[in-house]
Amino acid sequence: MNEENIFKVPTMAEMIAKGESPDILFWVGCAGSFDERAQRTTRDICKILHHVGLKFAILGTEEGCTGDPAKRAGNEFLFQMQAMMNIEVLNGYEIKKIVTACPHCFNTLKNEYPILGGNYEVIHHTQLIQQLINEGKLQAQGGESFKGKRITFHDPCYLGRGNNVYEAPRRALEILDAQLVEMKRCKSNGLCCGAGGAQMFKEPEKGKKDVNIERIDEALQLNPQVIAAACPFCMTMLKDGVKNYDRENDIQVLDIAELTVRANGLK
Amino acid sequence: MISQLLFAIIFILAIVLFTFNAKKIIRNIKLGRPTDRSDNPALRLKKMLKVAFGQSKMTKRPTAFVLHLFVYLGFVIINIEMLEIMIDGLAGTHRVFAGLGSFYNFLIASFEWLALGVLVGCILFLIRRNIIHVKRFLGVEMTNWPKTDANLILITEILLMTAFLFMNAADHKIQLQVQNEAIIGSFPISSWLLPLLPANTDSLHFIERFSWWFHIIGVLAFLNYLPYSKHLHIILAFPNTYFSNLKPKGQFTNMDTVTHEVKAMLDPSYTPPATEQPMRFGVKDVPDLTWKNLLEAYTCTECGRCTAVCPANITGKLLSPRKIMMDTRDRMVEIGEQVDKKGSFSEDGKALLDDYITREEIWACTSCNACVEACPVNINPLEIIIDLRRYAIMEESQAPSSINAMFGNIENNSAPWKYAQADRANWNNG
Repeated sequence: MNEENIFKVPTMAEMIAKGESPDILFWVGCAGSFDERAQRTTRDICKILHHVGLKFAILGTEEGCTGDPAKRAGNEFLFQMQAMMNIEVLNGYEIKKIVTACPHCFNTLKNEYPILGGNYEVIHHTQLIQQLINEGKLQAQGGESFKGKRITFHDPCYLGRGNNVYEAPRRALEILDAQLVEMKRCKSNGLCCGAGGAQMFKEPEKGKKDVNIERIDEALQLNPQVIAAACPFCMTMLKDGVKNYDRENDIQVLDIAELTVRANGLK
Repeated sequence: MISQLLFAIIFILAIVLFTFNAKKIIRNIKLGRPTDRSDNPALRLKKMLKVAFGQSKMTKRPTAFVLHLFVYLGFVIINIEMLEIMIDGLAGTHRVFAGLGSFYNFLIASFEWLALGVLVGCILFLIRRNIIHVKRFLGVEMTNWPKTDANLILITEILLMTAFLFMNAADHKIQLQVQNEAIIGSFPISSWLLPLLPANTDSLHFIERFSWWFHIIGVLAFLNYLPYSKHLHIILAFPNTYFSNLKPKGQFTNMDTVTHEVKAMLDPSYTPPATEQPMRFGVKDVPDLTWKNLLEAYTCTECGRCTAVCPANITGKLLSPRKIMMDTRDRMVEIGEQVDKKGSFSEDGKALLDDYITREEIWACTSCNACVEACPVNINPLEIIIDLRRYAIMEESQAPSSINAMFGNIENNSAPWKYAQADRANWNNG
């Protein structure tokens, strides 16, 4: 297994010690750091960055939760404490550009940090992939073929409605030459996976159904072979939804970064 | 002469009463805290023209869009006819704009077509609400009054349009009885009613006058019904969209009071600016909301598009974004009534949180912004929900226990889960 990920990503501290500075900082996020499933996406984003020759670094142990779940849950104190600490680290390293795999981190860093003194160019990894495709630096060659496969994309709320990013993830899927099928509730009408607003960290209120099951029911109607995600929380919810119907064998839930890595056979 | 005087009195009374109620609404909106929405007037104007005037967000539901468009266009354009009715009423003239000739005929003809559109729209709306029972119009918050309110509005509009058409038909028939004179006006729709009308000229005159008075008194009464109904959106949709949030939907408001405290905590030399009065963190009651939240509560016409797309509501949870707006309005009106009685608002042992909106509702929200996106007049129920959470957390420390655990983890190890910060980059160790 470990023959992949042969390279080790430098931390900012290491890079600065060598007198270098990165083109872009990769903000890994808590899910990307600790959640086993999300870690795979994290590694794949590193492979993409490595493949196209971008000089990048992570904060490593100096990274802390952006404060997103605290803010959505109403704990503005905790959010701002986290934000101030992160901003101090980021500004200390004179970070200009950040890419992140988590739409929640993305939204928070991009929209909610500037007023607290953190001004960076923040992009989501699907936007980076779109940009690399448009520049001709990424294709879909040399790896697994997705030609003709039925793929549906689940819009993360904080990427889609929250920040109007709808095309970037779809661009990454288009080049796969797959059969893209849209759920009825897509793009600005997309249905939440059920994890946002700090729901990820609590049991749902009493109801007749779980939100992720409602979403998977909709996806299953399309008979997809792949459900594409772009958010670690959505990933968990969708994966659980598929598992709920015992369909893990014929339906894969994959992040856009994972699809890109597979299609290009990146190691 | 007597009828002119009578008309003038009724007209002035209606305007005075409406002004009185409108002032109350403005005062109630001003119960809210300040928030600055004065930036970027050009963009705001554009937004208002597109969303409110141009109905751009209505198109997501095509059937409702077309029917609503009939009623909307009818309402906006037939108001030109109202101008003539006013002048006729005050000056004792009859069809004062008739001098416009063929253009006048064109106007009257188009008003008739629009009136037909309004009639068809309203009848189908009634059917959707009362016979087909479109799901969007049901729900816990759709109790007797909101349902009656909606039906009253639709029935009133049907009656007004019927009176308008009968007035034209009677006038047309009278004109037909006078030989050798060109017909003033063009009556493509109301001429269908001609066979229903008597031949007797006096009766026709009576029907024409009755319809005229019924229509104008109806319109003035409807104007004064607006402040008590959900129908205020026909006016408030315009300011409400003008004052829209122009930032990305994912961006939540920053609490400056908290910023000062956090800065003071991190840097003891930092002196926060003096505040006039101790502020409550978050929202417990209506006066803690901003004037924009309150304007939105009055603007809401209870269409339920927000609730229909809410993931919590769809999956059977108690939360309904429409209820959040209706509760806010009901509580605001309740506080307004106290201000009317006592001159100011003092604690009455009730609050928006708990007495109107329950904890179960606010904690069911996924903050997905579907409700905000769905609202055709840019109302934001999510902002109220988050502000209620802020009160529950920062003033009361009351949260579901797993939420408290998540806070504890972030505080202790800078992640919402219980993993050591030192292990954060373990994935990178190959």
